[in-house]
Formats: sequence, structure tokens, C-alpha cells
Amino acid sequence: MHSEAAIREPLILGHKTYHDITQDIVGPIENKAPRGWYVLITIAALIALYGVGCIFWLLSKGIGVWGLNKTVDWAWDITNFVWWVGIGHAGTLISAVLLLFRQKWRMAVNRSAEAMTIFAVIMAAMFPLLHMGRLWLGYWVFPLPNQFGSLWVNFNSPLLWDVFAISTYFSVSLVFWYIGLIPDFATIRDKVTKPGMKKVYGILSFGWSGNAKAWTRFEEVSLVLAGVATPLVFSVHSVVSFDFATSVIPGWHTTIFPPYFVSGAVFSGFAMVQTLLLVMRKVMHLENYITVKHVEYMNIVIIVTGSIVGVAYITELFISWYSGVEYESYAFINRATGPYWWSYWAMMTCNVVSPQVFWFRNLRRNLAFTFFMSIIVNIGMWFERFVIIVTSLHRDYLPSSWNMFHPTWADAGLFLGTIGIFFTLYLLFARYFPVLALNEVKSILKVSGESYKKEAAKHHHH
Amino acid sequence: MANKVIYAVYEDPELLKDGARKLVSHGVKVKDTWSPFPIHGIDPIIGVKRTRLAIAAFMFGITGTCLALLGIWYMNIFDWPMNIGGKPSQAMYKNLPAFIPVTFEFTVLCAAHGMSITYLIRNKTLPGMPARNPDPRSTDDKFIIEVRTADNHGHSAEAITSLLRETPVFEINERQY
Repeated sequence: MHSEAAIREPLILGHKTYHDITQDIVGPIENKAPRGWYVLITIAALIALYGVGCIFWLLSKGIGVWGLNKTVDWAWDITNFVWWVGIGHAGTLISAVLLLFRQKWRMAVNRSAEAMTIFAVIMAAMFPLLHMGRLWLGYWVFPLPNQFGSLWVNFNSPLLWDVFAISTYFSVSLVFWYIGLIPDFATIRDKVTKPGMKKVYGILSFGWSGNAKAWTRFEEVSLVLAGVATPLVFSVHSVVSFDFATSVIPGWHTTIFPPYFVSGAVFSGFAMVQTLLLVMRKVMHLENYITVKHVEYMNIVIIVTGSIVGVAYITELFISWYSGVEYESYAFINRATGPYWWSYWAMMTCNVVSPQVFWFRNLRRNLAFTFFMSIIVNIGMWFERFVIIVTSLHRDYLPSSWNMFHPTWADAGLFLGTIGIFFTLYLLFARYFPVLALNEVKSILKVSGESYKKEAAKHHHH
Repeated sequence: MANKVIYAVYEDPELLKDGARKLVSHGVKVKDTWSPFPIHGIDPIIGVKRTRLAIAAFMFGITGTCLALLGIWYMNIFDWPMNIGGKPSQAMYKNLPAFIPVTFEFTVLCAAHGMSITYLIRNKTLPGMPARNPDPRSTDDKFIIEVRTADNHGHSAEAITSLLRETPVFEINERQY
């Protein structure tokens, strides 16, 4: 059997058997939910309802209810869109890229990170659709003859690339996630005793039986899906960045955007994974599976991607001067010192300066501090998108068009609402779905489990 | 004599592999194994062939590439070339760089979904399908070898069972079918 160096920290703490793992994950699904869950979902659902109300208000009145004006015609809507898509990058990165790199620590976090990805991409997709103003004509983005005449969508446009990128990313992530869930639903089906639950999980498990050939196919399909999903992850945020980079707006028209957006996306995605997992491991007693080491690994990803983002900000600043283009230079001086200076410096502080504290091992492994930092990074990454979008637009080429953006309550309500919907979906997932990839965690138990590692080390010495 | 099916239940994938090796070395054909997670290295022992799903994925992917290029050519070059900002769509080769992102996404879309659908059909895992694992514990913590007497005319059920008893087996169940 494959064995692992004793110096590596165990990924599953304590002494667990295969049955214990099943019990630890399926038990909470079978039993009554803790009171905290009801409190949280009530709060989340109320915020979600408020968001749905705002959506109806928007649809009945038109996008005039937002604070957009002739100069700043993209603001919070697109900021929220890019923010949510970015958050949606961690899940598939963990399950696909880390699968190709054979990182075993991914197994404890991939299931919930992917759920987060799917919900975040749903939230993201709402914003461009709502921005159309007439949601019921949203299908016009697909290559259909316009009203069935003979005009087509424009395949030269990055906005159309985005349609393909987001819909492919969403559907492939969903399928990848579900294929991994099938064997775990079968475990629940075979474990629960209530007939209603047995029936529901029986349907969800698609009749999975776990014979040798099925597992061979399962591993092949996981590997190939990881292989195709890896370039997909990088392509999605590259394409989102093209929405800006291919335009002629100073501050947007830069070739650094694709790698800079992708690393920013991974950065914010991991921060959101930390926010969710640190709460979940506590509430659902998963401390033995999502260990301090897992948190540390994710903090290392945060500091690496945060530093890439920092280098990108500074490179952008340098190039704006070095290019000799006055408009470009002005855009960046204006970002740092103009009327939106506070958003620029909020972005710099939250994204570039503060993650550097993770060079200290104690802080990387401090859970309360990590939780606090994850919120800081999420705020910083929202400001990054706000800075890119609004500060570039609010100074038009004609000084007479210069304007400021003032968000309305509808802007705020919609953003808040998506956070509510997101958390409602996530809480439902945490309650009814296997939150760990049971079949994957079991497969590393005897290699990376604490008690088994100790046992192996003992044999090694004698 | 009625045909019998024998289920040898193990508590660890490595022990199951030892059991399967023993049976195979004595010329007993193993019908299948059932487990809560993949048992690495079992396929060559019991003679499971490598899956061709990856080839299917490649075929689906290449189909996606061709469909995307054909569709884009038809819509934006042949049927209705658009002149946007003085940059007309006149020839496929001139516009090709701008068509790569959609072509790539559509390739991935077709490869991933084509492969997943093939996988579900080949595994007979679709909504509403019945579970076929012989023992509910096989999705929890037990690893099961299935042997059928119908596949092993040279061996009696007793002989197979006594062979299994020599391996670190947890329990042995027999069923008529």
C-alpha cells in the first residue's frame, strides 16, 4: 500500500474507522438540526426575501432604480457580478487543479468548496441578466436568429464569450460536483432508516452500487473532468477580464488583466471558503477532518495569490506611467488621490498589505484570526472591482461629463439579497448533503489518518 | 444443483485484494467486487478491462470544436457578416483569433457533458435506477467479493468457501439465485 512520510501532518485526526467517517457525516443529516442552524437559516432567508423583493422592484421599474448615470453606467451590478464569479473560482480550483497535483488535503474541503462555487456562480449570473432590464429577453444572448429573423449574436464580442464561459463553467462544475456526490448519496441511502429519506436519497444516488468497474470509470471520469475543468477555471476569469481589457477606457485597457483577475479570483474564493468552513467545522463538529493544517494550506494559497495580486497592482501603476499615455497615467493618479481615494486604499490595505501577516506561522494557524482575515479579503476584493469599474468610468474624456456614482437602496438591497440567497442555499446544502467527500476521505484514512500514521511509524522503528 | 452466489466480506481493501489473489491463483473466477471507495489495483487481479471513457471524451470534445467552428462560420461569416466599428467579418481566417474563446468553451462543454452522460449510462446510474449492491454495508465500511458457482464449474461452493476461509475474511454469505 502507498505510504506517506511520517513528517507530514495527519489529515484525519484521532482514531477513526471507515464506519466512524460514515457516522460523523451521515449522523447530522439523519438527526434533527441544531438550533443554531434554524437561527442562521431564518436570518439568511429573510435577507434573501428582501433581495427577491428588490429584484421584483427592479423588474417592475427598470434599472433606473439603481444609481447609474450617463457617465457611470456600470457600477455595483458589474462589481457584484465579478466579485461573485471570483468567489466561484475556489471550488473548481480545489477539486480540479489540486486533483491533478494529487493534493490529498483537498478531499476534506472540495465538496463544500464546490457547492460554494455553484451557488456563487448562480448569484453572479443574476447580475448581467438583471442589468438587461428585461429579464424575459435574457435568452437573446444565445446564438438564436434575432427574433427568428436573420441577425446573429456577435462572436467577436467578449460579452458573448462571457456567456459561453459562465454557462460552461456553471454546468461543468455542477456535473463534476454531482458525479462525486452520487456514491455518497448511496452511502446515505444504505445507512438511513426512515423510509422517506431512504427513498429520496435512493433517487439522488441514481442506483449507485460501487462495483469494481463502476469505480474504475468513476476515477477516469474524475481525472478527465479535472483535466478539462482546469483550463476552464483559468479561462472563465480571463474572459471576464476581457470584458474590460478589450475596451478603450483608461484603466481597463491593459494586457495584465487576465492573470491578474484569475489570481484575484482564487484569492477571494479561498477567503470565502475559509469564512464558510471555519464556521461549518465548528457547528458540525468536523474538527477532525478539517484540521488546522487544512486551514494553514488554504492560508498559504491566500498569501501566494494575494502577493500576485499585489505585484499586478504595482505593475499596472508602473506601466501607466511608463506607457507615456496621459489618459492612462491620469486614471491611476486619480484612483489613488481622486475622490475615490478611500476605495483604492481600502483595496490596497485589504488585498496587498494585510495578507502578508500570513508569513507568520502562528497567525496562519490561528483560526479566529484566519476568520477575521477572510472577511477582510472579501471586502478588499469587492473594493478591487469597484475601483476598477467606477473610478475608471467616473472621469470621462470630456470634463463636462465627469460625475460621481451614488448607490441607491436598490443597489444595496440587491447586493445584500444575493448574500442572503447564497447563505440560504449553502445552509440547505450543509443540512441535507454529505459535506465531506466520504468516498475520498475514506480512501486516505489508512495513509493520512493520525492513528494509522503513528502505527506505521512504530513498525518502522522496530 | 442450484447455482449459488458467494459473498466474501472483508474489512479492508488490502485484505480483499489478498483474498481475490488467492481465489484467482486457484483458478476461481471472481465475478465482481463491491466497495465504499475505489480499491486501487483490483482491476488487473480480477480481470476488469480499462475503461474507454477518456476516448469517448476526446471524441465528444473534437465534435464540439468542429460544431463551434462550423456554427460561428455560418452565423458570423456566411449568413450575416456584421460590420462593427469598421471591422467587418469577411473571412474566417481573419476573424479566427476572436472565435477561439467560444470554440474552446464549447469544446469543453461537449467533452465534459458527453463524457458524463456516457458514464452515467454505462454505469447504469440514472435517476430512479435500483441499487444493485448485495449488502448495504458495502457503501459504508465493508469490501465484498462476489463469486458465482455458475462461472466456476470446476469448483464446488464448499471448495470456494474453504479457500476463502484461509484468507482474513470477516464473514461469508451464500445465496441461491
